[in-house]
Amino acid sequence: MSMEVIKAGIADTFQDTGRYGHQHLGINPGGAMDLVAMHVANALVRNELNEAVLELCFPASVLLFKKPALIAISGANFYAELNGRPVPVNQSITVSAGTELKFTKVAKGVFCYIAIHGGFSLSPWLNSNSTNQKAHAGGWNGRSLQKGDVIEFKNDVSIIDETKMFPWRANVFDFYKEAENIQFLRGLEFDWLHSSSQEKLMKEFFTMTRVRDRMGYRLKGDVLSKQHGELISTSATFGTVQLLPDGQLIILMADHQTTGGYPRVAQVIAADRSKLVQINVGERISFRKISLQDAEDLLLLQRKMLKQIQITCTVHLKDFFNP
Amino acid sequence: MLTICVGDSIDLDVNKKVFHLYHQLLKNRHISWLDIVPAYATISIVYDVVIIRQQQFSAFDWMKSQIEKVMSEIQEETIIPSRQVNVPVCYDAEFAWDADRISKEKNISFEELIALHTSKSYHIFMIGFLPGFAYMGPVDPRIATPRISTPRTRVLAGSVGIAGEQTGIYPFNSPGGWNIIGRTPLAVFDLSAAQPVLFQPGDQVKFVPIAKEEFLSFDQSTFNVLDS
Repeated sequence: MSMEVIKAGIADTFQDTGRYGHQHLGINPGGAMDLVAMHVANALVRNELNEAVLELCFPASVLLFKKPALIAISGANFYAELNGRPVPVNQSITVSAGTELKFTKVAKGVFCYIAIHGGFSLSPWLNSNSTNQKAHAGGWNGRSLQKGDVIEFKNDVSIIDETKMFPWRANVFDFYKEAENIQFLRGLEFDWLHSSSQEKLMKEFFTMTRVRDRMGYRLKGDVLSKQHGELISTSATFGTVQLLPDGQLIILMADHQTTGGYPRVAQVIAADRSKLVQINVGERISFRKISLQDAEDLLLLQRKMLKQIQITCTVHLKDFFNP
Repeated sequence: MLTICVGDSIDLDVNKKVFHLYHQLLKNRHISWLDIVPAYATISIVYDVVIIRQQQFSAFDWMKSQIEKVMSEIQEETIIPSRQVNVPVCYDAEFAWDADRISKEKNISFEELIALHTSKSYHIFMIGFLPGFAYMGPVDPRIATPRISTPRTRVLAGSVGIAGEQTGIYPFNSPGGWNIIGRTPLAVFDLSAAQPVLFQPGDQVKFVPIAKEEFLSFDQSTFNVLDS
C-alpha cells in the first residue's frame, strides 16, 4: 500500500483544499494551486473531492508503485508514462505493483495532480494535509518529496493487479477555455492607478514571467503608475493582483503571505484561479472586469460542473467496485 | 474576501478599533467565515460563497448586511481584556547584530538601547509575513530605526528586531531586513502545540532582559510567559 520516490521532482508537495481559520496568526491557507484539477482527480478515483492529492511541478518526481492502486492524473499534462507506456490525463487508471510512473515533458500547464483511491496516509496539521513549507508542517513531513520517501496509502485496494486505463475520461475543457481572458474585480486600490494605467490594465496583454512559484506569479507588461503614496500592510488573498514598485504586476497564489503592503489593483475571480495557475511562461493574458454578482455565479456554476463530473465518475466506477 | 477599512494609518487608536471589531466578529462568527484577519487598520473576512449562496441571492450583499449589523451593535465602552505576554530577551553582543550600529547612529549607549526597548509594553498591531510573526510597537523614537537597506538572507529564529517604530521576533530562520538587537529563547512558534502561535492580535508584550547564561539554560516551563 505505498509508493516510493525513485527520483525527486523540484517541488512536489501534498495539498488539499487548504488550511483555513489561522490567517490571523500569519498562517496562510495554502492548498492545491488548481482546485479544479484536484477535484477532478479525486472524482476519477471515487474519493471525497477534498481528499489530499500529490501536486507536481515539472520536472516531477519519478514514483514506484509498490502495491496496486486506482489512480488518476489531472491538471497539467506532463506526458505521463507507466513503465514507459504513455497514459492520459483525466482518466481513471489501475496500476499494478512494481510499476514506475514518470513524467517526460510539459505538453500543457504548470501544476499536475495525482489522486489515489482512498487517499494518501499523511500527517495533518491544524486539520489540513496541505504542506506548509514555511512552518515545515502538514502533508508529507512538512516538505516537498525527496528521493527515498515511501508514502503509504490509506486503503489497500488490491482489486486487480494490472495496469489498465478505463475507456472514458472526464471532460475538463470548459474549466480552462479562453485561458488568456482572466476575469477580475476592482481591487481596493484600483483607483490609485492613473486613469491611463487603469485603461492599460484592462486593455493590454501581460506576459507570464519565470519569476513564479506557489507564492505568486510575476507578469511583464507596460509599466503601470499610481498617484497615491504607500499602503499600510493589509490582508491579501489568492488571486490578489498587486502593483510592485517597478510598475509591474504580481498575482498572489495559494502560498501567499497573509498580509502585504503593495497596492491591490485587482482581484482575479475565484472561478478563474485554475486556468490562471496553468498559464505557462511566455504565454499572454489580459484582464476583463466583471461584476461581483457574475463572479459569484461563475464560481457556483464551476462547483455544479464539478459535482456533475463526480456523479458521472461514481456511475462509471460502480461496476469496478461492485463487480 | 471582504475588507472593512477602519482607518488609513498606523495608529494605536485605529488598531484598537480594529481589535474591538475583530472580537465582535468572532462572537458573531458564521459557519461560512473561513478566516477573520485583522491588520493595522483593516479587517478582512474570507468567506465561502458557495455556502452562503445556498440561502442567499448575493453572498456579498448578505455579508455586508451581516457586518453592518455587527458594527451597529458594537458598544465602544466595552473593554476587551488583552493578554500580557512576557518575552525573555538576551541582548548579548553575539545575538545583537545591529545594536552597535544603532547605538552609534542614535548616539546612545548599548545599555540605554536595552533599557529603552524593555521599558514599556508593546501592542501587537497584527500578525503576518510569517506564521507567528507579530508586528508590535511603537518603540521609543530614540531607538526607531529604518530597515537595513540590503536584507539579510538568513536571520535566526528568535531574533528580536526593530523596523521603524515596529519591533518583532522572527519565528523561524528566514530572510529579513529588520535591525537585530537580541534573541529570545522562547519558542514563539511551536509546531507540536495545539495553539502553535504564542501571540494573538491585540496582546501586550513586555521584553524582559536575561543574561546569556539564562538564555543558554532557558526552561520555558519555569518562565512566567503569560501574566494572569
